[in-house]
Amino acid sequence: MLRINNLVKTFDGERRRRRDSKTPSAQEARVFAVNDVSFTVENGQLFTLLGPSGCGKTTTLRSIAGLERPDSGSIEVADRVLFSADEGQKQVNVPANERGLGMVFQSYAIWPHMSVFDNVAFPLQVRKRGERLGRKEISERVMRVLETMELGHLAERQATKLSGGQQQRLALARALVIEPPLLLLDEPLSNLDAKLRESLRYELKRVQRELGITSVYVTHDQVEALALSNAIAVMRNGSVVQLGRPRDIYENPNCRFVAEFIGTSNFLTGNVVAKDGDRYTVNTIDGRLALDSAMTLPLGTDVIVSVRPEAVEVSTTSRAGEVPNEWKGTVLTRAYLGDSLDHVVGVGKHELRTRGNPSTSIEPGTEVYLRMDPAKLVLVPVD
Amino acid sequence: MTTASPAVSARRGATLGWLRRLLTPKIAIIVVVAGLIGYLALVPLYYLIWGTFFDANGFTLGGFARAYGDPRVGDMIGNSLWFAVGAAVLSLCVGTALAYLNVRTDVPFKGLFFAASIIPLIIPGILYTIAWIFLASPDIGLLNKLIEPIFGPAFFDIFTVWGMVWVEGLHLSPIVFLLMVAAFRSMDPSLEESALMSGASRWQVFRRVTVPLTRPAIVAAVLVMVVRSLESFEVPALLGLQNGIYVFTSRIYFVLRSYPPDLAAAGALAVGLLVFALIGVAISNLVGRSGKTYQTVTGKGFRPRPMELGKWRPVMGAVIVLYFFFTVVGPLLVLLYTSLLKFYQAPSGEAFASMTFDNYRQLFDMSDAMTALKNSLVLGLGSATLVMILMAVGAWIVVRSRIPGRQLVDHLSFVPLVIPGLVLGLALSFVYLRSPIPIYGTIFILLIAYCTRYMPYGMRYAVTSMHQISAELEESAQVSGASWWQTFRRVLLPLLSPGLLAGWIYILVVSFRELSSSILLYSPGNEVLSILIFEQYENGQFTVLAALGVVMVLTLAVLVVIAYKLGAKVGLRQD
Repeated sequence: MLRINNLVKTFDGERRRRRDSKTPSAQEARVFAVNDVSFTVENGQLFTLLGPSGCGKTTTLRSIAGLERPDSGSIEVADRVLFSADEGQKQVNVPANERGLGMVFQSYAIWPHMSVFDNVAFPLQVRKRGERLGRKEISERVMRVLETMELGHLAERQATKLSGGQQQRLALARALVIEPPLLLLDEPLSNLDAKLRESLRYELKRVQRELGITSVYVTHDQVEALALSNAIAVMRNGSVVQLGRPRDIYENPNCRFVAEFIGTSNFLTGNVVAKDGDRYTVNTIDGRLALDSAMTLPLGTDVIVSVRPEAVEVSTTSRAGEVPNEWKGTVLTRAYLGDSLDHVVGVGKHELRTRGNPSTSIEPGTEVYLRMDPAKLVLVPVD
Repeated sequence: MTTASPAVSARRGATLGWLRRLLTPKIAIIVVVAGLIGYLALVPLYYLIWGTFFDANGFTLGGFARAYGDPRVGDMIGNSLWFAVGAAVLSLCVGTALAYLNVRTDVPFKGLFFAASIIPLIIPGILYTIAWIFLASPDIGLLNKLIEPIFGPAFFDIFTVWGMVWVEGLHLSPIVFLLMVAAFRSMDPSLEESALMSGASRWQVFRRVTVPLTRPAIVAAVLVMVVRSLESFEVPALLGLQNGIYVFTSRIYFVLRSYPPDLAAAGALAVGLLVFALIGVAISNLVGRSGKTYQTVTGKGFRPRPMELGKWRPVMGAVIVLYFFFTVVGPLLVLLYTSLLKFYQAPSGEAFASMTFDNYRQLFDMSDAMTALKNSLVLGLGSATLVMILMAVGAWIVVRSRIPGRQLVDHLSFVPLVIPGLVLGLALSFVYLRSPIPIYGTIFILLIAYCTRYMPYGMRYAVTSMHQISAELEESAQVSGASWWQTFRRVLLPLLSPGLLAGWIYILVVSFRELSSSILLYSPGNEVLSILIFEQYENGQFTVLAALGVVMVLTLAVLVVIAYKLGAKVGLRQD
C-alpha cells in the first residue's frame, strides 16, 4: 500500500528564474511542481497519474522513488515511512537505493554494457553483504523472472541487441526481480510504435494483475490510462484535479479540463432553468437540453454541458415528441475513420462533432436531426 | 581525310564540351582544396623520410646509427614513456574527477570550473612551464622559499621527471576535463538512477555503471594525452635539459642545435617519435572500434538531481579552489609579479617597494618584441582564416559530396594530428631548404607550418557543424534554382558560421602560442612571441620575459573576447 500525504515540491531558485525569463507572464511561471498532492493506492492496484507534460506527474513519481526531494509531505509504502518532512514531525528521507522499490524508466535505462542476465542480476548483486543471496540462488531468481517475461532464451544476449518490446520487458524484469512492494512506471510505453504499444499495454496489465503488484503508472496518454488502471488521478499544474475509477473519470469529468483531456468532447455553455430531482433543464443559445446529474446546482447557475461525440445520434428523420433533446442541424463535413464515422454538424452558430457506426454516412449539406440521451450528457461546473 | 574530319571535329567538340562541363567553379574549388589538403599533409612526410634515409650516396641508415647508437638512448625512450604516461595518468585522474564533481554533484564554486578549463587554453605552454620554474625551482622557486622554514631548502625540484609530469599533467587536465564533461553529460542519467533504484550505493553505481559506460571516452582521453605529452616540447626542453633528462623532442632539438646539425640523425629520432605516436593513435582507433560505443544519449532531458556531498562538500570545495590556484592563479600571479621586478627575487617588502613598470617600458623600446607581436598576430589571424576557409569546403566534400574517395580527404586532413610539432618543423625545413621557391627564412614557412598543424582541428570543427545541418536545407536551395556556389555561400556558410567561428578562435589561440614547430623554422628577424620568450629564458632575462608573457596572455584574452563579442553581435554564438 502506498500512502502520500500533502506532497509539495517547488522548483529551486535557479529553475524558477529560468522559467521566469522564458515565460513573460508571471501567471504561467509556476512555482509549484507538485502542490499538495495526496492519494492512497491499495494493495495490488494499478494507480495512474495522468496529465499533460509539466503537470507534476513525473515529479511526483520521482519523489516516491527518492530521486527527487519534496519540500514537505509524507510518503509511506507498506507502512514504512520513506519520506516525511512535515513541521513538528521526525524528518525522514530514505535514500533511493535503500527504498527497495522497482522502477521502469521511460528510456528503459537498460545498461548497454551488460548482458540481459546481468541487467536483471544487478539489483540482487548490489545488496548489502549479509543480505546478499548466493550465486546459485541469484541465478535461479533471475531466470525465473526472465521466464515470466518470456526472455529466458535471451539471457546471454547483449542487452542492446534486444528489440524495443523486449527491452521494455527486460526493464520490467529488472524492476521486479527484487519483488518490490511497489512498482513505479514512468511512461514505459511512450518509446514504442503504436501497434507494439497496444499489445504491450495488455501484456503489462496481465503481468501486473497476475503478480498482484501495487503499481504507480505515469502517462500522458489517456487511452493507456483508461485501459490499464484501477484508479486514475488527473493532474494539472501540480495538483490532482480529479481522482477516481477510469469509468467515472470518463463519464463524469468534474471540470472542463478533465473532459477535454480525456477523449474529445463538445462543450455547450448554458444556464440552469429548471430542476426536477436529478433531471435538469439547461438553456443553451442553440436550444434546450434535458440531462441527468447528481450535482445540486441552484436555478440560474452558469454551466457547461459536455457532449461526447458518441452520445449524439445523427438521423435524417425526426422523432420529435418521442424523445427529448432533438436538435436540427446541417451536416458540414464527415470523416471516415474505419471503425467509426464522424460527422460535423452545424447547429445555429455552433458545430457539433458526432461519432457513430460507419453504416450511417450522410452527405454534407443534408439537414439532419441530432438526438442526445439525457443520461449521457454531463454537467460540468464553470471553473 | 575530308570525310573523316567532321567526325574528328565532332569528337573534339564533345571532348571540349566535356572539359567545359568539368571546369565549373564547383569542380575547380573542390580540386584546389583537396589538392591543398593533400599537399599540406603528405609532402612534409615524404621529405622527412627521404631526408632521413637518403644522403648524397643513396639509401643509408647512418642517421639511425648515429641517433640510436648513443648509449643513453634507452634512458631517453624510458624517460619519454614515463613522462608521457605519467602526465596522461595525472591529467586523466584530475580531469575526470573534476568533471564528475562538476556534472553529477552539488560541489561548490561551479563557476571556477569554467574559468579553470578555459583560461589555461590562453596560457601558452612555455609561459606555464616558466611560471612553474619560478614557483618550484630548487634555487629560485617561490614555493620552496615559502616552505623553507619547515621542510628545509629546495624541497620541490621541478627539474626532474616528476616535475615534468606534474607541469604537463596539470596543463593537460583542462582538456581531459572538457572531454569527460561532454561524456558525462551525454550519458542518460536514468542509467545511473536505475542502478540507484536497484539498491546500489553511489560507489557501486560509479564503479559498475558510470565508469564502464564512459570507458570509451576515458580510453580515448588517455591515449590522446599520451600522444600529446610525447609531442610536448616546452616542458622537456625547459625542465629536462637542465639535468640532462632527454625525451624524444628535446633530443631532436639538442641534435639540431649542436654544430654541425645532424639532419639525418634528427630525422631518425623524428621517425622514431612518429612511430610511437602512430602506435598510440592506432591503439586508440582499435579500442574505439572494438569497444562497443554505446548509444547512451536519449531524447528525454530530465536533469538528474545532483548528488549531495554532505559533509564532504567543504572539502571538495577546498580541492577545487586549490586546483584553480595551481592551474590558473599561481602561474599568472607569479608572471605578473616577476614582470614588475627589477631583478628576480623572492617576495619581500623590499621587492614590493622596488616594483616598477620598467620591463614593460623596455618592451616598447625593443624592436624585436614589437615585430614578434606583429608576426604572432598576423600568423594567428592568417592561419586561422586560411584553415577555416579550406576546411569549410573540405568538410563539404567529406560530408555532402558523392565524389568517390571523399573519405581520403578526411583521412589526409587528419595526418598532421600524429605528427609532433617539432617533427613537422623538421620535415618542413627539409622541404623548403631544397625548394626553389624562396620560402625558407620568411614568415610564410611558419604560416604553412601552422596551417598544416591545425588543419585537423579545423576539419573537426567544420565537419561537426556540417553534420548538424540538414541536407534538405541545401537541397531546397538547389531546388529554388541556386547554383552550387550560391548555395554554399548563401545557405551553408551562414549556417556553418558558429562552428567555423569556434574553430577559428581555437586555431587563432593555438597558433598564437605555437612553439615547437616555430623553433626549427624561424629565422632572426622573423621571431614570434613564443620564440622570443624562449630566447629570453635562455639568456636569463626573466623579468622582461615575464612582462612579455603578461602582454601575450592579455593579447590572447582580448582577441578571444573580441571574437566572442563579434560572434554574439551577428548572432553566431551557440549555447
